[in-house]
Formats: sequence, structure tokens, C-alpha cells
Amino acid sequence: MSSTTVSATARPAPRYVEDVVRVAMILTMFWGVVAFLAGVVIAAQLVWPQLSFDSQYLTFGRLRPLHTSAAIFAFGGTALIGTAFHVVQRTCRARLFGGAPMGWFVLLGYQFFIVIAASGYLLGITESKEYAEPEWYADLWLTIVWVAYLLAYLGTILKREEPHIYVANWFYLAFIITIAMLHIVNNVSIPVSFTGTKSYSLYAGVQDAMIQWWYGHNAVGFFLTAAFLGMMYYFIPKAANRPVYSYRLSIIHFWALVFLYIWAGPHHLHYTSLPDWAQTLGMIFSVMLWMPSWGGMINGLMTLSGAWDKLRTDPGLRFSVTAVGFYGMSTFEGPVMSIRAVNSLSHYTDWTIGHVHSGALGWVAFIVFGTMYYLVPRLWGRTSMWSTRLIGWHYWIATLGIVLYISSMWVSGIMQGLMWRAYDELGFLQYSFVETVAAMHPFYMIRLLGGVFFLTGGLIMAFNMWRTVRGQPAGMVADTPVAVAA
Amino acid sequence: MTELKEIGEFLATLWTVWAVLIFLGIAFWALRPKNRKRFEHDANIPLNDER
Repeated sequence: MSSTTVSATARPAPRYVEDVVRVAMILTMFWGVVAFLAGVVIAAQLVWPQLSFDSQYLTFGRLRPLHTSAAIFAFGGTALIGTAFHVVQRTCRARLFGGAPMGWFVLLGYQFFIVIAASGYLLGITESKEYAEPEWYADLWLTIVWVAYLLAYLGTILKREEPHIYVANWFYLAFIITIAMLHIVNNVSIPVSFTGTKSYSLYAGVQDAMIQWWYGHNAVGFFLTAAFLGMMYYFIPKAANRPVYSYRLSIIHFWALVFLYIWAGPHHLHYTSLPDWAQTLGMIFSVMLWMPSWGGMINGLMTLSGAWDKLRTDPGLRFSVTAVGFYGMSTFEGPVMSIRAVNSLSHYTDWTIGHVHSGALGWVAFIVFGTMYYLVPRLWGRTSMWSTRLIGWHYWIATLGIVLYISSMWVSGIMQGLMWRAYDELGFLQYSFVETVAAMHPFYMIRLLGGVFFLTGGLIMAFNMWRTVRGQPAGMVADTPVAVAA
Repeated sequence: MTELKEIGEFLATLWTVWAVLIFLGIAFWALRPKNRKRFEHDANIPLNDER
């Protein structure tokens, strides 16, 4: 391992904006618990439908977007804003462009977006587009916040002292730019009135569907994949104290990912009125995506080669490495499911839900947990988390929860798909719809149990984090310069 | 002028070819032995960023 290079020595680091990152970590933890709790509630509603208590505000249809948005946008998005600011300042050796006010505006402006969007769902205000439910006024506000985010990020890169732009920044930047493009194009809509909440999309019919899933799949590709790969490319080398396995592989798989992902959306619309050639195009690009995805997985895992022993002593790193394993698994499963013949079985079943959660819980949440277990003690100037044992407990409980979740959804989903397509000898459908629902009931119980495990792990982490932040005497020397005096 | 426009439209239909060529250029740049040293340095950026 090379320890000194020209740019690294004998220069004082700039005063980084760190308070914004600290608050972002606390908010990430908060939204994580909210998202997991909302997931547990709606999983319980699927087992016991009476849990909506006949209240319109507590119906599954309104709580589900609350859960997905809390998980993806509130938990994931806040983690990304915080870590992006942390990573870009350090790898560029430059203070955040616009300083602390810019950082606060992006972070808190984004929180305001989350609150107006999520409260709207409960009141029944929605555009009914998956992952793009917020109505026009929330969309406009997010556009402003997102442009500020882009300016802060790009401005920091432009004034960098490090000549090279480290690969993690490419992933974060690709995420910020692409999400801006997707958000604006998919949300072009005409409000009924400027004092009302309702708007109508500019698109209709199959064009609307195609634009929605161009948005939807690239939200997966650039929000949930590229951005968290940026996190991986900074925090796994940091935690393992080794450079990334192959920098060349990171370049090649980055560009392959960017070139390919944007075309994969049509695989959400197999056997619809979307033209066949577009379905085939989406399927082929999805299968090709398997290569850059595994490029990233290999690069993340192999960074540990020669340092696997660290997994025994650093349960935080264990989270990150397991996350990369789940990333490889779910990005193998995804292309398989995008093949039209497989999709005819898997689409509209619980298999899809299981697939999404092996990505969301196994990859996204675990890489965030690993990152936070590394970052939180350092941000607050502690030598370690309050309890390393509790990190281990969190790891095993959460992993068990994921295994229960995804295996029950595989069985339930494949069973559901097979029951829907079963014919008897006279050509009649063998099962009525309600029979398939009844057959899924035990698996919904197992899924709920998995969710409870995952939530429990999240609560353990929140407690551990709270003790880390509050529990030790303040005033210990931080190993990083602090931007603003606390 | 119209000819130029037609040529431009024809070239645009070959977008896959252009995208593949750009990608091959990037791959060539990444794999070139001459660049090995700089990538080794670049990979160490996060490890050298503490003060």
C-alpha cells in the first residue's frame, strides 16, 4: 500500500462542511426506522386486513407509497446527500461549494419535500405513478432543491485541489444529473388550478407508461444503484484501508452501466401495448446490464482480498461486504426476471416484491448501515461506535430478516404465478383468484416476521448511534478538522 | 443545407454504433498500459485524504 503521494502530504485540509453531514446521518437513521416501521405495518395489513381500521388514512393503498418513499427517498436519499457532501469534499480536498448555507438548503429543503410529499399520500394526494407519486407543487420544490444539490456538487468538483476526480464522484454525479432529467421529464403535468393539488400528466396511454418506466427503472439504476456504488467506492476502501481492487474496472463498469441502464425500462411493460421491438430492446439491455453490475460487485468484494480477516473484527465492514454480495445477487436476478418468458411467470407476483427487497434491504440498507458504522464515530470524533457487540447483533438479526423476507416472497410469488396459469383438463382456470390469496397467507406471516427482525435491527442501530453521539464525553480530539465550532 | 440535414439524420440512426465506439475508446484508455501508474495513484485518493 502506498502511503505518501504528492498531493497527500504536508498540506492542511480545507475546513470541510461537516455539521450538515452529521445532521444528515441522524435524519437517515430516523427515516430508516420510519420506513421499516411503515413496511412492518403494511406487511401486517396484508396478513390482517382489518388493521386499516376502516380509516381512509390507514388504507394499504395510501401507506404503501409512504413506505416506499420513506425507504427510497427519505432514508436512501438523505444518506446519499450526506455522504455525497462528505465524499466530494474529501476526495476533491475542497470545501463544499456554497459552504454550509448551501449544504443546509439542500439537506433541509429535501426534508421539506419528503414531508409535504408523504403527508400528501395519507390525504390521498397523489399522481399515482410509482416512485413519482408527489403532486406538481412538491415536484417543483424538489426541482429547485435538486438543482442546488447539483450546483453544490459540481461546484465543489470544479474548485477541487486534487487533479483527478475520484471514481466515487462520477457515480454520485451520474446519479444527481440523471435523477434531475428523469424527475423533470416524467413529471411534466398540468395543474387543474394553482390553488389546488390535482394535476394531469402531459402524457397519455402507452407513452405515459413508457415514460413512467423509463423513469422508474432508472430511479433503480441511478438512485438505488449508481449512487450507492459511489458510496461503496469511497467507504469500503476507507473501512478496509485498502485501495479499490481495480481502478480500471471501475472506469469500464461505470461507463458500461451509464450506457446500458437508460434503455432497460421497457422490461416493466412486457406483454402490454408497448410495441414488441421496444420490449425486446428493454430485455436485451437488461440482460447486458448483468456484466457491468457484476463488474461493480467484483471490484467491491475483491477490495477485501488479503484483508478478509477484517470481517471478523469489524462488523460494520461486514455490512458493506454483505451488501455487495446482495447487490450481485439481485442484479443477477433482475436480468433473469426481465427475460420475457420468465417475466410472464414473475410479473405482478410477490416474486417482484422479493426481488426489490433483496436489493433494498440487502444492498441499499446494508451499504448505508456499513457506511454509517464507519462514518458516525468519526464525524463525532469517537474512536468507535458505543458498542461493537450491538453492531454484530444488528448484523445477524437484519440478515435473518432479509432471508425470511426474500425466501418467503420467492415461494409465494412463484406459487402465485403458477396458480394463475394452471389449467384443468377441460381448459378452465384451475384456481380462482381468492384461492391464490389464501395460499399466500402463511408466506405473508413469514414476510412480516422478517420485517419485524429488520426493524428490530434498525432500532438497535438507532440506540447504538444515540449512545455513540451522546454517551461519551465530548471534547475528544476529532481526527478530522471540524468546520464550524459546535 | 438539406443534404447536410439528411446526412445528420442518417448518422443519428446509427447511435448504437457511435455509443459502442465511444465506449471502446474509454475501454482502450482505461486498459492502456501507459495509464497504469496514474490509476494506481488515483485509486489511493480516498486513503490519502485525512489531513
